[in-house]
Amino acid sequence: MSDPRPSTNHEAPFGEQHIAPGAPMTEPANPVSHKSAGHSRRVFLFKLSLWINGAVGAVLAVPILGYLLGPALKKTSSENAWIDLGMLESFPEGETRLATYRNPVTTEWDGQTGDIPCWVRRVSKDKFQVFAINCAHLGCPVRWFAQSKLFLCPCHGGAYYADGSRASGPPERGLFEYEHRIEGGKLMISAGRMPTLANEARVEKPLVHIEGRGSSTALASTPKPEPRCGSCQG
Amino acid sequence: MSRLKQRSIDLYNWFEQRLGLGAPMIEAAEHEVPVSTSSWWYVFGSAATVILMLQVMTGILLALVYAPTASHAWSSLEFLDHNVRLGWFLRAMHGWGSDFMVAIVLIHMVQVFMFGAFKFPRELTWIIGVFLLLLTLGMAFTGQVLRFDQDAYWGLGIGASIVSRVPVIGGPLVGLMLGGPIIAGNTLSRFFALHVFVIPGILLALVGLHLWMVIRLGINEWPMPGRLVSRKTYVRDYHRLTEQTGIPFVPDAAWKDAIFAAAIMLAIVACALWFGPFGPTGQPDPTIIETAPKPDFAFLWIYAVLAYLPPALETPVLFIAPVLAIGAMLLLPLVSGEGEKHWSKRPIAVLMVSVIAVTLGVFTHLGTYTPWSPIMNAWTGDAVPAKYLHNRTPLERQGAIVFQNKQCRNCHSIGGSGGLRGPALDTLASHMTEDQIIRQVLQGNGNMPAYGNALSPSETTALVRFLTTLRGDQEPARDASREMVLKSER
Repeated sequence: MSDPRPSTNHEAPFGEQHIAPGAPMTEPANPVSHKSAGHSRRVFLFKLSLWINGAVGAVLAVPILGYLLGPALKKTSSENAWIDLGMLESFPEGETRLATYRNPVTTEWDGQTGDIPCWVRRVSKDKFQVFAINCAHLGCPVRWFAQSKLFLCPCHGGAYYADGSRASGPPERGLFEYEHRIEGGKLMISAGRMPTLANEARVEKPLVHIEGRGSSTALASTPKPEPRCGSCQG
Repeated sequence: MSRLKQRSIDLYNWFEQRLGLGAPMIEAAEHEVPVSTSSWWYVFGSAATVILMLQVMTGILLALVYAPTASHAWSSLEFLDHNVRLGWFLRAMHGWGSDFMVAIVLIHMVQVFMFGAFKFPRELTWIIGVFLLLLTLGMAFTGQVLRFDQDAYWGLGIGASIVSRVPVIGGPLVGLMLGGPIIAGNTLSRFFALHVFVIPGILLALVGLHLWMVIRLGINEWPMPGRLVSRKTYVRDYHRLTEQTGIPFVPDAAWKDAIFAAAIMLAIVACALWFGPFGPTGQPDPTIIETAPKPDFAFLWIYAVLAYLPPALETPVLFIAPVLAIGAMLLLPLVSGEGEKHWSKRPIAVLMVSVIAVTLGVFTHLGTYTPWSPIMNAWTGDAVPAKYLHNRTPLERQGAIVFQNKQCRNCHSIGGSGGLRGPALDTLASHMTEDQIIRQVLQGNGNMPAYGNALSPSETTALVRFLTTLRGDQEPARDASREMVLKSER
């Protein structure tokens, strides 16, 4: 048994095959000039095709970039909504309690990540402060210690006083505070976006502020757990 | 038998005629390299490549089960660990493979740096290598996010908080990173896309380029002190060296790579079997705030640095330091592309590697026990040692209760237990007078918050009385000027 083909033939063995055998081939008088005759035209067409593809690419880039940058371009105010944190009675005067709410913007597949906690401090009968859970340093969840009246962060040891102002540690400012109001015996906060140094929880109010009461009452109906005490044991 | 052999040769030729890849691949494998490159020091790059293959393989196998949605990712990991046969082992292999990969890539980089292999003509190989390091770290971070547990959730929070500090465009960048207003489903989906499609795609392409250049430019010869690299003569010298001392890479040099790669694989398997998979820790429910998030090993040093930076310096350092560090690594071969290769003639290089290694090591070590973090349950978990209550007045003992109850223990240790954020208080009264302690407790100072609002006068008195008993065998601290003032008034 022997290989009829020489073994050195592996470089471009079928290189000539695209010229179909037996195809009518008219022999040009001068093959070189024949090749170059259409050359400049073909170069032009190729350049044209590059330009066309560039234009198509640019047209495609608009929706792709729009899709990609969509989450980056949204305004905080468009994602914030008034959320019901529960009846005023569930927040005893002089105490700070952990409350949770369902973020106004969620998807079905967000699961537990759509539930956001916050600290509610009831200073007096109708004076409240609502703090974001996220430390102003790097966003870790701060814990309230009622005995020493401090919020402590487990990550890098940031500490805040009861009114949310910075006490010590790496944070450069106090806790983020949500805008709140009391409506029909309920505590409402305006929230929707994770607070960071670039996106503080509070939103500058526009000159004319039209608020829909309908959406807030809809959110008010979602069930939520009772606010709980932060450092109570057990 | 010979008939079978002939058959297989025919089959090979059939494919080879059409593909034409076998001959150049064999040629590349057998290309001559200087005999000095057959060294146990030159095995890390190939080991990293082999681990990359392992990661691709185990990653695909994990993706068969993993559910990349915020609501189910965590439970699908639990399912992998407990309900899928050998699922835990695959998770462990992937996790340990990632730690080994980061380590081997770093060792490879140090070796290349110390052996001057980044110099002419291998500058671009090094520059691509720097990107490969960054992509490897990118895989490690995004991989940690896919292990969607508490650490991943709050790790994303830390990431978003860092990104938010970017001047001007910080806010939009956070939105871009999270894919929405909060850490949620979209966030996990985009990190999945990064970890599974984007970064591996770029990584594999760049590894291809990196290897192509290694074959094209030759493996760095063993550096000799005094043998300088010059752009004019290097290529000629290298070729002469290869002609004089050349051995075929496969098999004469490659057997060491193969044995080392096998050893590393065995080490990963051993770690996976012995230690098991990483996490997942608690479920990613942000309302469970009783957690102390921590990044994976490779990022502990950053976590530590962030604890020690003064607030005013933090943002500038966060954004200027990485630019400088990465810029320096990228520019290194362009600035220092010629000259001495041997480490014994490059003291600054040795010093730099030592300083960086010690720094990273110290910060990583600190990151393993986070002395800057308050221990949140020390005030209920750690008792006051009995010897500190012996022969004490009722007021002093009352002070010990205040000391526990006001969570002082969370930051201060006594008797060897408690937080490390503040100083240990066992001998406090030997260097602070009662007045100084009162002032420090009520007004705070430095890193200590003021407790004036959290303590009643009677609590303060009791607490300070207790604290003044903490002086070991030493004399109580005295204010020398106080006696002088009292004398002069008399």
